Amino acid sequence: MSKERRNLLLNIMGILVLFVILYLFNEYGTDYQIRILNNMAVFITLAVSYNLVNGICGILHLGPNAFITIGAYTSALLTMSAAEKQMTYIIVPLVWPLNVLHTPFVVSLLLGGLMAAVFAFAISFPVFRVRGDYLAIVTLGFGEVIRVLANALQGVTNGPLGLKGLVPYTNLWWSWGVAVLTIIAITKLINSSYGRAMKSIREDEIAARAMGIDPFKHLLMAFLISAFFCGVAGGLLAHLITTISPTLFTFFLTFNLLIIIVVGGLGSTTGAVIGAALFAWGGEALRIVERPTDLGFLKIPGIPGMRMVIFSIILMLVIIFARRGIMGRSEFSWDWLLSKLGWKEKGF
Amino acid sequence: MTGTILFQQLINGISLGSLYGLVAIGYTMVYGILRLINFAHGDLLMFAAYTAIYLIGIFTLPWQISFPLAMVITGLMGIVLDRCAYRPLRDAPRISLLISAIGASFLLENLAIVIIGGIPKGFPRPPMFDHVITILGVRVQVLTLYTPVITIVLLLGLLYIVYRTKVGKAMRAASKDFEATRLMGINLDRVIAITFFLGSFLAAAGGIMWAMKYPQVNPFMGVFPGLKAFIAAVLGGIGNIVGAVIGGFLLGLGEIMIVAFFPEVSQYKDAFAFVILILVLLFRPTGIMGEPMIDKT
Repeated sequence: MSKERRNLLLNIMGILVLFVILYLFNEYGTDYQIRILNNMAVFITLAVSYNLVNGICGILHLGPNAFITIGAYTSALLTMSAAEKQMTYIIVPLVWPLNVLHTPFVVSLLLGGLMAAVFAFAISFPVFRVRGDYLAIVTLGFGEVIRVLANALQGVTNGPLGLKGLVPYTNLWWSWGVAVLTIIAITKLINSSYGRAMKSIREDEIAARAMGIDPFKHLLMAFLISAFFCGVAGGLLAHLITTISPTLFTFFLTFNLLIIIVVGGLGSTTGAVIGAALFAWGGEALRIVERPTDLGFLKIPGIPGMRMVIFSIILMLVIIFARRGIMGRSEFSWDWLLSKLGWKEKGF
Repeated sequence: MTGTILFQQLINGISLGSLYGLVAIGYTMVYGILRLINFAHGDLLMFAAYTAIYLIGIFTLPWQISFPLAMVITGLMGIVLDRCAYRPLRDAPRISLLISAIGASFLLENLAIVIIGGIPKGFPRPPMFDHVITILGVRVQVLTLYTPVITIVLLLGLLYIVYRTKVGKAMRAASKDFEATRLMGINLDRVIAITFFLGSFLAAAGGIMWAMKYPQVNPFMGVFPGLKAFIAAVLGGIGNIVGAVIGGFLLGLGEIMIVAFFPEVSQYKDAFAFVILILVLLFRPTGIMGEPMIDKT
């Protein structure tokens, strides 16, 4: 059996095991556990696609929250029924044709992703004219502009009131299915010639150009793909929490994603997955510090906001003292795992 | 629109613009030397406002002492920020430095929430700034008039330091070439620390005046003024101190005038600055007064 076939088989088995575990949680887990697992999957999708731009292409893009917003609103508007929309938009009625459009969940997710990619394409020209800090601030500005628009365009987004009572379509199968598809698609991309071109732009843009690589084309490709998956994840998120409003998608969301990929290791998809899983789990575990604790002899009052202080400190410590994060730029591979387990390589 | 209203808006715009300008100076100085957007710079506004509140409230100092003292403390805070968040990363890739800056900004905001709480606090405005006087038929709060004056005075002081003293010469040298500056026997870390002090000192002046203008001090009060001040710095030509103040004036006037002339777009006010930023970067990336930046690696 060749190495490729073996790895493919192991991958398929890994995914099967994952879905068996999910099935068990779905049947026997508590609502709380299922919720954390759903969050985890959405964060994995977001982190892996965010890492494609920030880690693989090496540009600091600070606007994924804009694409998540666009995806969430698009998808939510498409799954709401016409009657619900009429009830929700009490101040300004929803514009035609959004008020009559209605699509199945999966179509709405895809269209949410596409819509995010369309917006990404629209801003890509000013964005990729600049690099470094300027690119960071332009994308951050785009995130703010989208938030301002979501607040102001009441005929489309219902303004600050947001959309309520969405059908909770997102379950473990949807969220993890999308997460697995995202990981496969982005890993395939990174290991293709396009991915190598993106990495070469990260290392030295002038040298990459000299080798005949068009930076704009490759950065645009990464940006659009990342935006697409962020949009899909936004749709999942909307149908997971069932209530969306502009305040949900601030820069804060981007900051969380940044922590995830920095702690996981900028430039490593495996790292992004580990970071996202740790974040979804750790974020819940750390709720302890915000709740009053009673140790019997000692009462510790909860400190609201303490979690974010801890997250900020973790981010700074990692970036200053352990810049490689958990995985650095390495990826998980079966070869590595098997050699660790003492598997002897047979000739073939 | 009548002449008086236009005059009124003009004064408001200049006042707001001078605040943007004061904060923009700090961005432009740090960017000139380190090529870093100091994301935490805006949060120093908040730091200064709270420091002033506590100096007045707890230590019951008169404002004449507590405001300058708060500015000095904020300046020192700027040095601490550089020492903890930026100096360890001098030789790191730029992306790390920027991430550290974002982390520092969130840390300051959330520490403020934990220590002080998220509920807005009122700012004790000294009665001296409270008067309302009438010029050419327009009623103006004197604070609105003091703000540009204070800005210009501080700007002149800063220009003196940068262009007439040895430290200033070292700063200008550092913004051109790190290695050559080091070879001239200049202690680069000290020069950078002084840059941070001066920038933060001026940001504190901006923060205190901001808090007097909008007396609701909360942990996130510095975020938007900070972002807009950075855009003002880009508009004026990053690295150029006078340009930063001019950019600030233009941005402040633009924001006020847009709302005055087209009230129906007032909801989009916060997006205006970013549109300006994109236009500047598209058509004149060096800004109004800037020269092309040398890429430091």
